[in-house]
This record gives sequence, structure tokens and C-alpha cells, in this order.
Amino acid sequence: MSSSVALEQQFQERIDAEARIEPKDWMPDAYRKTLVRQISQHAHSEIVGMLPEGNWITRAPSLRRKLALLAKVQDEAGHGLYLYAAAETLGVERDDLLEELHEGKAKYSSIFNYPTLTWADIGAIGWLVDGAAIMNQVPLCRCSYGPYARAMVRICKEESFHQRQGYEIMLTLCRGTEVQKRMAQDALNRWWWPSLMMFGPNDADSKHTAQSMAWKIKRFTNDELRQRFVDVTVPQAEFLGLTLPDPELKWNEERGHYDFGPIDWDEFWNVVKGNGPCNKERIEARRKAYEAGAWVREAALAHAEKRRRRKEQSAQVA
Amino acid sequence: MDAHPGFPPALDYLLRLGDNALILGQRLGEWCGHGPVLEQDIALTNVALDLIGQARSWLTYAGELEGQGRDEDQLAFQRDAWDFRNLLLVEQPNGDFAHTIARQFFFDAFHHPLLEQLLHSTDRQVAAIAEKAIKEATYHLRYSSEWMIRLGDGTEESHRRMQTAVDDLWMYTGECCTPDEVDEAAHQSGMGASLTAVRKSWEERVKDILDQATLHRPEDDWMQSGGKQGRHTEHLGYILADMQFLQRAYPGMEW
Repeated sequence: MSSSVALEQQFQERIDAEARIEPKDWMPDAYRKTLVRQISQHAHSEIVGMLPEGNWITRAPSLRRKLALLAKVQDEAGHGLYLYAAAETLGVERDDLLEELHEGKAKYSSIFNYPTLTWADIGAIGWLVDGAAIMNQVPLCRCSYGPYARAMVRICKEESFHQRQGYEIMLTLCRGTEVQKRMAQDALNRWWWPSLMMFGPNDADSKHTAQSMAWKIKRFTNDELRQRFVDVTVPQAEFLGLTLPDPELKWNEERGHYDFGPIDWDEFWNVVKGNGPCNKERIEARRKAYEAGAWVREAALAHAEKRRRRKEQSAQVA
Repeated sequence: MDAHPGFPPALDYLLRLGDNALILGQRLGEWCGHGPVLEQDIALTNVALDLIGQARSWLTYAGELEGQGRDEDQLAFQRDAWDFRNLLLVEQPNGDFAHTIARQFFFDAFHHPLLEQLLHSTDRQVAAIAEKAIKEATYHLRYSSEWMIRLGDGTEESHRRMQTAVDDLWMYTGECCTPDEVDEAAHQSGMGASLTAVRKSWEERVKDILDQATLHRPEDDWMQSGGKQGRHTEHLGYILADMQFLQRAYPGMEW
């Protein structure tokens, strides 16, 4: 008992000294579990997040936009790949994590349970959802767990490119015809509040924040990041000539921040619980892809095994 | 809008090249997010990206050659099915992964030797586009050949699925290497490829890969044709309805 207390103390000292924890290092079980939960949720968010945007690949309005969107959704698959690999350094398997996702046991970012109804949604997602993701993720590049931090460095570079691309879609729409501007405003109206919800519950209600901050997995609280996102995004919306759907939004001179209206946490928790507009479709699409791919994965293994045996046999003959 | 197949051969030829890449790229784009495993999702999207990039080059050049101010997007989004010149093969549905791989392999086995010939086109723009595209097509052919072999010589189920896909798609493979007047004219002018040479390469490659994949080569029976002349299967209409939706619903806008 006393030796584990000592280990934990040493571990915390390393964290406090900003040392990186690597896969073979000793770590408290709860630290490992927290990371597996967070990294796998993050990985799931990337691959579920492919679906709402993938919904518009076949309908992108120009070949240039089609290429950019394909590349973006592909990047998300790549992020999923790095993140599952980072989770695997903690002793879990990708297939097991996917099974939890398909059984509805694992969470992923709730924003992807909202539908993409028009082309402007592709712009709004890039601008707001990737924008919020960047706010959350940039501090993760300094996360105490090495493999996660390194994966995040690569991911953040691509995300910021996606965000500019999304904003550029919005800008093109806002400089276009009346109907295009209406499309942009409609998308903003629908994506604004879910984007604010992406930062998670208020600090007072966030059960993981304190411990995650002590472990330097998290560097800022949910409310700090949310405020930063609002402060950055308001002038961007003004530049587009769009109105944020929040009558209470206004600059607070004293705080040096924008004040904003209350978030509908009832909606948030309902979407988390599975009652969002697309929860069922998203999981169903992932499960279907996985199940329909089972024979492909089995065949690839079987073929590799055949090759290996043939090689052995020919080596024996020689 | 052109209501009839009366494009000059050079333009028609470029549209064939561009439309093959565009429609197959569009089909592969449907896989994005739904692949059998994350790595293959990424790989299929790579092929889609390459093909759509190639389509842009071909269609842009086709528009220039036509000289009526049509750009890549006007050609992609504002022609109806009868003006599309792609092979019937590339518009066939994705089906299961085996169908997608078989379709890809049959196309790549045609596309690669075709581009090889176009490297020597007397039209410098065609040669330049081919030079960029062939690097990608080399990878595509390797990718689809490997998966033909892996799935053909994998499990009993994968073998069965792969053979079914080969059988189902076989009748759409005839037209790729069967020259018509446009192909002949393009070849004679020095711009286009000799499909006789492409066919030889296609036959050899297909035989080799089917053998390695332990798959049976279907008998050469009746072959479907017409894609190159603008007579398509029912599938193309739906592909276009999807692909052209925004440009049709909101004409004349910048996106």
C-alpha cells in the first residue's frame, strides 16, 4: 500500500514538473482509464464525424469543393487512426473500442448527432465545429500523456486548415445571392448552440475536470474554453454579416468578454443520452460498415496467413 | 445545351477521359465514411481524390478546346446523361467491397495502359495530363490488383463474393477496349491511344491477376456498350441527380 502511495506521489511530481508520461511508464490505473475513455471518445468522434459531412460529398457544388470535402473527411479518418493507435498504447484494442461504440456504450461528440441539411452546413461545421474542436484540442498538444499529445499536434494542424476552409465556404455564401446568405444564416442558427455545447457541461457540473486538470490531461476548464470560443467567433460572424442566434449576446466591458445566453442543457443531455436527431442513424451507419466489412478483414487475414505458410514451405524446400 | 452526340472527335475523346474519372471518383466518394476498415476507407478516398483531380484537368481542357467558355464545373454539373461519355463500367453501383474492387481493377487495367500511350500523344496538353495521371494510375492498379488477389485467394466467402463480382461486371468490360469512330479518329490524329494495344495489355493483366486470385475468367459472351456514345444504364441518371443537385436547384451561383 505504502509503495503504491509513493509511486503515485512520484507520478504526480513528474506531472507537476511537466514531464511526459510514456506508455511503459508506471501510471495510476485511474489515469490510464481516464485516458482510454477520453482518447477513444475522441477517436469515435472523428469517425462518426465523417458521416454528417460525408453526407454532402456526392452533392458538393463544384469539383474543387468536392475534392476539398473528400480530403477533409479523409483527414478525419486519419485522425481516427492516430487516436485509436494512441489508445492502443494504453493496452486496449481498436476492435474492442469499436464494439463499445457499436453497442452504444461509448460516447462521442454529440454534435455529430445533428443533421446536415444544406450545403451551408458544411461551411458551418468547418467554421464552428472544427473551430470549437481546435479550442479544445490545442491545449491537448501539451497533455501529459506523450502519445496523445503527439497525435494532437498533427491533428491540430489539419483542423485549423479545415476551419479556414469552412469559413471560406461561409464567406462565399455570404457574398453570394440572397438565397445563399439565407442558407448560411440558417446553418448558423442550427449549429451555434450545439457548438457551444461541444465544450461540455458547466464547470460546476463537470465531474472529470478537477482530476483531469491535476493530471494535466486538461489544461483549461470547459467554461474557460467556451468563453474563448465565443470571444473569437463573434467578430467572425460580424465579418460575414450573419447574426448569432442569441439575443443576450453582448460585449461586457468589465469582464473583457462577451456575455451569452443560457445553454439548453436539457437538450444537451438528451442528445448525449441518445435522443438527438441522428443518434440512431450514426451508430447504425458505423455498425453497418463494420459488419459489412467483416468478411473483407477476415479475407485479408486469411490471405496473409496463406502467404506466410507458402513462404515457409518454399523456404523449407530450398 | 448540346442535345446530340455531335461533338467533334477530339472533344468527345477528352470528355470520355474526363467523365470516366469523374463518375468513378463520384462512386468511390460514396464509400467515404463507410469503408470496411478505416485504412481502406482512406485508401478508396485517395483513389477518388486522384480521379476527381484528373477529371478536372480533362474537363478543363475539353472546355478550352470546345471554345464556348464552358469550364470544368459547367461540364460536370450541367450536362445531362446523354452527353456523358463515360464507360458503363464506372457508373455501376458500388455493391459490396468485392464489386467495388472488381470494377476498379477492370478500369485500372484499362486506364493504366491507356495513359501510357497518351504520354506520347501529339497533343502536348494531353501528354502532360497523362504524365501526372499515370503516377496515380500506377498506384490504383497496384491497389486493386492486390485486393483482387487478397479477396480471391482469401476465405471461401471472399472468393465467392469476388467471383460473383467479376461475373456481374464482366459484360461491362467489353467497351473499354473496343474502338469506335471517335477512338479511331483520335488515334489517327496522334492525339489518342491505340485501343488494340490497350486491349492486349488489358487481357494479359486480367488473366494474370485472375489466375493469381484463383478466379475464373468469365466466357466472352454478349457485351454491353453505349457509354462512350452517351447511351447509359439507369444508374447514371441517379448519379447526376445527386451530383448536380445544387447547381440545378440554384443555377448560376458561385459556391
